[in-house]
Amino acid sequence: MKRKLIVGSVLSAVLVLVLASPAMAQEDPSYATQFVLDNLWIFMAGILVFFMQAGFALVEAGLTRSKNVSNIMMKNLMDMSAGVLAFAIIGFGIGFGGDQLLGGWFGFDLGIAGVEDTVADGLLPSTFFFFQAAFAATAATIVSGAMAERTKFKSYFVYSFFITALIYPVVLRWTWGGGWLAQLEFPFSDFAGSTIVHGTGGWAALMGALILGPRIGRYTKSGKPRAIPGHSIPFVVLGALILFIGWFGFNPGSELAADEFVMPIALKTLLAAAAGAITAMAINWTKDGKPDVSIAANGLLAGLVAVTAPVGAVETWAAVLIGAIGGAIVVFSVGFFDRLKIDDPVGAISVHGVVGTWGTLSIALFARYDDAFLGRENAGLFYGGGLDQFWTQLIFVVVHFVFVTAAAGALFLALKKTIGLRVSEEEEIAGLDVLEHGSPGYGHDPGIPGAGPIGGARTPVPDRS
Amino acid sequence: MLQLVTAVIQPHRLETVKEALTEAGVAGMTVTEASGFGRQGSHTETYRGAEYEVDFIPKVKIEVLCTDDDAARITDTIAAAAGSGGIGDGKIWSTPVSSAVRIRTGERGLEAV
Repeated sequence: MKRKLIVGSVLSAVLVLVLASPAMAQEDPSYATQFVLDNLWIFMAGILVFFMQAGFALVEAGLTRSKNVSNIMMKNLMDMSAGVLAFAIIGFGIGFGGDQLLGGWFGFDLGIAGVEDTVADGLLPSTFFFFQAAFAATAATIVSGAMAERTKFKSYFVYSFFITALIYPVVLRWTWGGGWLAQLEFPFSDFAGSTIVHGTGGWAALMGALILGPRIGRYTKSGKPRAIPGHSIPFVVLGALILFIGWFGFNPGSELAADEFVMPIALKTLLAAAAGAITAMAINWTKDGKPDVSIAANGLLAGLVAVTAPVGAVETWAAVLIGAIGGAIVVFSVGFFDRLKIDDPVGAISVHGVVGTWGTLSIALFARYDDAFLGRENAGLFYGGGLDQFWTQLIFVVVHFVFVTAAAGALFLALKKTIGLRVSEEEEIAGLDVLEHGSPGYGHDPGIPGAGPIGGARTPVPDRS
Repeated sequence: MLQLVTAVIQPHRLETVKEALTEAGVAGMTVTEASGFGRQGSHTETYRGAEYEVDFIPKVKIEVLCTDDDAARITDTIAAAAGSGGIGDGKIWSTPVSSAVRIRTGERGLEAV
């Protein structure tokens, strides 16, 4: 895994020269072929990661009520659109551009300038940006589900800009951008972003759900959790399976090259997902008497999130175990946040925040191979690596948690004090679709042949005939 | 003069009841999806680890407009066809109807049935 993406400025300068010289590529056909394959594969992987947006949209829509379905779809559409632009203009430059400032805690270049100047080994700047933008959009969209059914759209839209312009990019700078966590004696490892991407989304989701408070009716007067079932389990499962497919861009694509490590990473991703789904189902079945479909879907995603960080460093059997433990954690974590009255309708905090942390820490136990971050083999405790890597991973997840919760908390509190974070009680009860967006997600067409528009519309349409 | 026989039955018995009524010579009926509970009450299910009460169970409501003379026979036909002997089979009742009109022809009362 020699091609991982820490962007050294010296390396960049050399590669810019190489890429700027087409004659050289022509002289060495094998280099040209590899160059095309690398760029094409990472482009395809980026498309798969963008496809995950559809998965998130469906999972979140399915786990919430039909009166809010337009709103959740709109949030997914806009956090990607706002996120990609904000990342292009500001975020990418903070993540990857310019020199390491303040000992690798910060750096900056204008976003698009950063895109044009930055070259990861073997990749066109535009390939690298496309792939990174898909990851930024993923981090942003995780939050919408946890804040579903009660957040003002305007505030959510503003949030989308800030997380991809500032919060996620600072995390990038520290890590994949070559900052302080990459410069430690035993550098951090997070292959495809259990903490960097999923943890950032998950902990921002925690602050969002905490500051908003639970949905009306989610807890009885005595404080007992009350279920608010979502409106479409087929959406949930279809969404989870789309995410599962997208993950084969997310993890194997993070190799950032078309090389011999891609398929082993894909295999470990596949097995961890399956193990997560089955473990979550088994535990939930034993605990509650019936296998809940959406918990099993959360388990599949938990297996994927868990293996995202260690996928380059661990053996296949370890990936299965890590995914299975991820699936187990998610069941208890969903119940835990429920009891704390942190209302997360889709389980985003558990799947992405809690399980992302587990995946990141699992490297300290199971790392056998050098994933291009670790810089050495057998770094895991079970391979005689001692606790060196554990301390780095612990510092990584703790500092990341403190930063993201503080930054996202400040952002949501500022939004609460200014434009307001939560819709009115009347709007929450009526549903956000009509009052936030003007029309319901379902039901304009009453589904009765011959019935006019008035039958199903909430607002009568005047007859103009 | 006229009666409205209303039956709330298990959704899966609808086909049987319809066939029995057609055989008994009933020319029309209205069917509505309904939900509710009777003596069986509510029960508890879990969703994502949190409990919730299932208060209203899906049912089908059948309405048949008929003459006083036919009401008892129709009630018996529905009862025989809808019954499974289990809990939650439903209920049948009839109410007097003071007027009825067939929209197409304007026929009223017994003529409208």
